[in-house]
Amino acid sequence: VTAVGAQETAARSLRLRARGGRVSTLAAGAIVGIVTLLILLWVLFLAPTTGKFATTFGSAVHDPKDFAITVLNGITAAGLYFVVASGFTLIFGLMRVVNMAHGAFFLLGGYIALRLQRHWVGQGGGFGLTSEQVNLRNWLLPLLIGTALVAASGLLMQQLFLRWNQGQDLRQALITIAISIILADQMLAHFGGVAEDISWPRTFGDKFTNVGSIPYAVPRLVILGIGVGIGLLLWLWLKRTRTGMVIRAGVDDRAMVAALGINIQLTFAIAFLIGAGLAGLGGVIGGSFASLAPGVDANWLLYSLVVVIIGGMGSLGGAAIGALLLGLTSNFSAAYLPSNYTYYSIIFTFVLVAVVLAVRPLGLFGRPA
Amino acid sequence: VTQVRGVTPDRVVGVGALVVAVLAPFLFSSYWIGSLLTQMLFLGIVAASLIFLSAYGGMVSLAQVAIYGIAGFVYGNLVTNGNTKGLNLGWSPWVGIMVGIAIAVAIAVLFGALANRSAGIYFLMITLTYSVIANLFFGQVTDLSGFGGISGIRAPSAIGSVEAHQNRLYYVALVTAVVIYALIRYVVRTPFGLTLQGVRDDPVRMSSLGYNVALHRTLAFAFAGFVAAVGGLLFVWWNGHIDPASIDLSATIDVLVIAVIGGLYRLEGAWLGAFVFVVINNYFQRIDFSWGSWISQERFHTLIGIVFLLIVLVSPSGLIGLWERAVSFLSGPRRGPHDRKPVEVQTAEPSV
Repeated sequence: VTAVGAQETAARSLRLRARGGRVSTLAAGAIVGIVTLLILLWVLFLAPTTGKFATTFGSAVHDPKDFAITVLNGITAAGLYFVVASGFTLIFGLMRVVNMAHGAFFLLGGYIALRLQRHWVGQGGGFGLTSEQVNLRNWLLPLLIGTALVAASGLLMQQLFLRWNQGQDLRQALITIAISIILADQMLAHFGGVAEDISWPRTFGDKFTNVGSIPYAVPRLVILGIGVGIGLLLWLWLKRTRTGMVIRAGVDDRAMVAALGINIQLTFAIAFLIGAGLAGLGGVIGGSFASLAPGVDANWLLYSLVVVIIGGMGSLGGAAIGALLLGLTSNFSAAYLPSNYTYYSIIFTFVLVAVVLAVRPLGLFGRPA
Repeated sequence: VTQVRGVTPDRVVGVGALVVAVLAPFLFSSYWIGSLLTQMLFLGIVAASLIFLSAYGGMVSLAQVAIYGIAGFVYGNLVTNGNTKGLNLGWSPWVGIMVGIAIAVAIAVLFGALANRSAGIYFLMITLTYSVIANLFFGQVTDLSGFGGISGIRAPSAIGSVEAHQNRLYYVALVTAVVIYALIRYVVRTPFGLTLQGVRDDPVRMSSLGYNVALHRTLAFAFAGFVAAVGGLLFVWWNGHIDPASIDLSATIDVLVIAVIGGLYRLEGAWLGAFVFVVINNYFQRIDFSWGSWISQERFHTLIGIVFLLIVLVSPSGLIGLWERAVSFLSGPRRGPHDRKPVEVQTAEPSV
């Protein structure tokens, strides 16, 4: 075979592969479409309230109010997923560092805020504090301090261990895993193994407000508000400020940015500070919304990974879409699976990841690095 | 130094370790055999599946413990009878072995097929989601396990009671480990294995040469899934019990730690890492030493984390890497540096 002949063969096989790839993508797309349609039909019209496959609420037509609440629950949960995952994707997008300690940072932020709140307000009863006992200051201040301390820890980790391993992404991932092992074990030692939660302040903790005509818990709306606010701030920061421009340029071509004389190390440090801080902030909100316990860090690392795998790594818009899809999927699968089978809802998280990977391996908004 | 052809320090140490392993029941206490060495062997098998993927396929997988757990859970559900949770089918252990491995490999094929367009840290992230989801799945689905897990799992009657015949399970694990080691060594020398190494080094070029990169990655993942499943069966025989905590994030990371301590690019590192891990695990809990609440007997994972961190910072190629450096230093410059290239820890771009 001549060199030209070999090249032609290779080119032909590439063309064939490309065509095959298109066909299989089309097939995958068709399957995804049909499955999505079936799920929509089930949720909207078919879900029964009696019999073997009885669901809690029945179909959306049967019970529009609980359907609306499930939608709201999904969107508000997405707010928190976004806060945590945006930090993860910021760090990854700029530095190619998979911060496996992100879940541990989440838990650390939550625990710091919890201890501060208990320190200022007192231990409360057997179930901890109630919202009535906590004023806004005793929630906001722990939130800010927890966020700041986790941001500082993230920066410390980056400066001590990651900075001089720039470019060796597997080694950096292993370093963050080591840090997460140590952090998780030390948190177990110092904060105990019992699930605890931070109390919302009485300003909005137990309150309900009407969304349309549906009474809805205010803390969940606050979470959504924080998520949207963080998203807007990050967007403004990345689009409108000089640091943001450097970060976006760095995501595209790190070497060129450094060659232009820009202090990329400073940019890295800032990005890591903010990325870790977002994990800490998420931890405080998550600890108020749900609870803090050993193992929660693994769940939140999972959520961050799922969001960025769906959305595309390093993309802020992708993180928002990914968070929304994850929030809706987890809430709808918990509410609309037949009551005898609700514990299978975790499967749907996997299906979501699987579907996105099958159709778009780099995520919905992902670009080749 | 004059050397006999074919006698390298590696082989001398390897054969020596094997001889000690075969004679171990006569050399060590039954506690060592029953607790430490058997555990080392099956943990080494799971770590070997990870090292195979990373050293020869460029894929660092965190799903190996999930697959090992799936084999264990399937076996437990099929063979036990009388658990409050689970299927309680009470089938023959031999059927349990077959079905357990078959289902684990099938799921490995699915996992691999979904992740086969990624490598390096992307692969690490995707497989980590598999691992956490598998853990949550078995925790929630009470038809198969629930948080309490499955108890009273027995090995096939040929092995008998693990408590009464510790040496039998030990030798079964030893033979399995040696066979798995030889099998992986064989597979990487076949055309498939050589192509896989080509895929690891340059997926784009392999693809334009006409090789199906995605298919090779999937097959490699399926084979590693088989190896992990075998390790999972040995684990449930040894432990007699499996629950979601057996495959949680901490267990997943333990196997990664073992692989990294040993060395991510040489198969032997799997058992070396497993040995160091079980010995530290066992003896640290007896040391009467504490430094406030930061370091004490109960803070085993802090110590493992620190050891892991030091290894990654000092010798990314693990203890095997240190050994190789020592050998090439002692044997002088005539032998030249080792031509074996460490697993690429730098580039891990998503590929075509």
